[in-house]
Amino acid sequence: MSIIVFAENRTGKLKKTSFEAVSYAVNIAKNTSKSVVAVSVGNVTDEELSLLAKYGANKIVSVVDPKWENHESQAYTKLLSEIAEKESADVVVFSHSNLGKALAPRLSVRMKAGLISGVIALPTEYLPIAVKRKTYNGGAFQLMKVKSSKAILTINPNSCEIAENPVDVNIENYTPAVSAEGGTKVESVDLITGKVLLTEAAIVISGGRGLKSGDNWGPIEELADILGAGIACSRPVSDEGWRSHDEHVGQTGKIIAPDLYLAVGISGAIQHIGGVSGTKVLVAIDKDKDAPIFKYADYGINGDAFEVLPRLIESFKKFKAS
Amino acid sequence: MKVLVCIGNVPDTTTKVRFDAEMKSLDTNGVQWVINPWDELALTRALEIKEQSGGKIEKVSVINVGKIDSEPTIRKALAIGADDAYRVDADPSDAYYIAAQIAEVAKQESFDIVLAGKESSDFNGAVVGSMLAEFLEFPSVSAVTAFDFADGVISLKREIDGGKELLSVEAPFVAVVQKGICINPRIPAMRGIMMARSKPIKVSAPIDVDTMIEYQTFDLPQSKAACKMIDPEDTDTLVDLLHGEAKVI
Repeated sequence: MSIIVFAENRTGKLKKTSFEAVSYAVNIAKNTSKSVVAVSVGNVTDEELSLLAKYGANKIVSVVDPKWENHESQAYTKLLSEIAEKESADVVVFSHSNLGKALAPRLSVRMKAGLISGVIALPTEYLPIAVKRKTYNGGAFQLMKVKSSKAILTINPNSCEIAENPVDVNIENYTPAVSAEGGTKVESVDLITGKVLLTEAAIVISGGRGLKSGDNWGPIEELADILGAGIACSRPVSDEGWRSHDEHVGQTGKIIAPDLYLAVGISGAIQHIGGVSGTKVLVAIDKDKDAPIFKYADYGINGDAFEVLPRLIESFKKFKAS
Repeated sequence: MKVLVCIGNVPDTTTKVRFDAEMKSLDTNGVQWVINPWDELALTRALEIKEQSGGKIEKVSVINVGKIDSEPTIRKALAIGADDAYRVDADPSDAYYIAAQIAEVAKQESFDIVLAGKESSDFNGAVVGSMLAEFLEFPSVSAVTAFDFADGVISLKREIDGGKELLSVEAPFVAVVQKGICINPRIPAMRGIMMARSKPIKVSAPIDVDTMIEYQTFDLPQSKAACKMIDPEDTDTLVDLLHGEAKVI
């Protein structure tokens, strides 16, 4: 038996979350004597694909036909189910990404495999799989167990360790039997380039209503630049149109789990905290000393963002230079 | 064309999460139940599109899988403007079970477009909408941030990791929607609330479906150590702590 890992790429480069997913699958494989088969769809070079073997993928099935660049959910589901059958897989691991979330549920129905989504830790049991996931917007954890003989998991980004586990590189260039065509057609693509992907960023700098206007984001951008961080905002900021909705972090926006989240001028409404509860270290800067954000923060500065930010930028610059 | 919007009955998003003594289920004492926020956005957008469609969209229905206690939430959806409602009279046990129930009704009643919010605000599974599409063998588009219907052509925008895509799609299909398809949900007006009382809720018995997942126990996050406050004049110290103590930079 094998475990399939859907290894996503972004314009030909494998995503960090793909290595998280492979490492996760290797853990299951070791506990259940299975092999790990990574599946890559898109224009990814063999050199790039061989990285998957560094993290323990025994086999890499690669579909490079440009027809498959469309991310057509129904067609992808058929493709993955075809490969799962070919590789006798009874476990499939995805990232809990936009694409993973689109495909895992469909595949679950197609394969009759119990799906546990958004898992945040390695399984507590392996046969059948029992694992913890986040629920109630990070307000609680839930242990769930698969009842069916097959299982599908989606792994929350930045929640599980990447571990090197080198094996021989074995790449199969695969020509699918199923068609890449489906009921939807991509008319145009608008890629955000040169920005750190918020859901994958190790450091995120986030601004709230305390910044008073969309024109005041200069220091946030500068700081993000220095730290190679993603930029986020709270809900009122995107609702006011100061920043794009893509950057809205919180219960109704993006859910992220960076190593460091720096909240500037964000009071810390429960809905906002719901979006960042997986953060490892939270730093809050706010001029209201009673702001709820300080209850969730590890480090806090009670001060005016417009005064603190320039000083903080200098401190980080000094640190980076040292 | 007929549009079906899936609505979840969830605890108000500000609910303090507490569990029973066995940590098996949510302590629902004092919980206010609401329409799942993304489902409410889906419904709002569906109604806007119906109004602009010049009669091409005949009706917008809502569906919920739940016992009788979810009816106030269904009535609210009717008050917002849904034409009618379906309720599958069953405990919403797991996503697979829920999706199978909704698919059955969608098939029986031949809906052309099914909308679901990206996840429920309680379980955060992000699963039901796309499962439903597979049960129905419909195309599906996830992470939908815009939904337009002009001159008979449906176009959707979806968020991909690191960008956006514009898609064209023909009914039937399922769209799993999120913030962006509209910004604020429609608030029921007094007239809507009055009219909702006489709108039909069709109740049906569930079909026989096995669940795939067993819920075990919940646990709560460990309480956090108190926030270390740092002098606003002394940002160097913060940077030192982030490096030396927290080890995140």
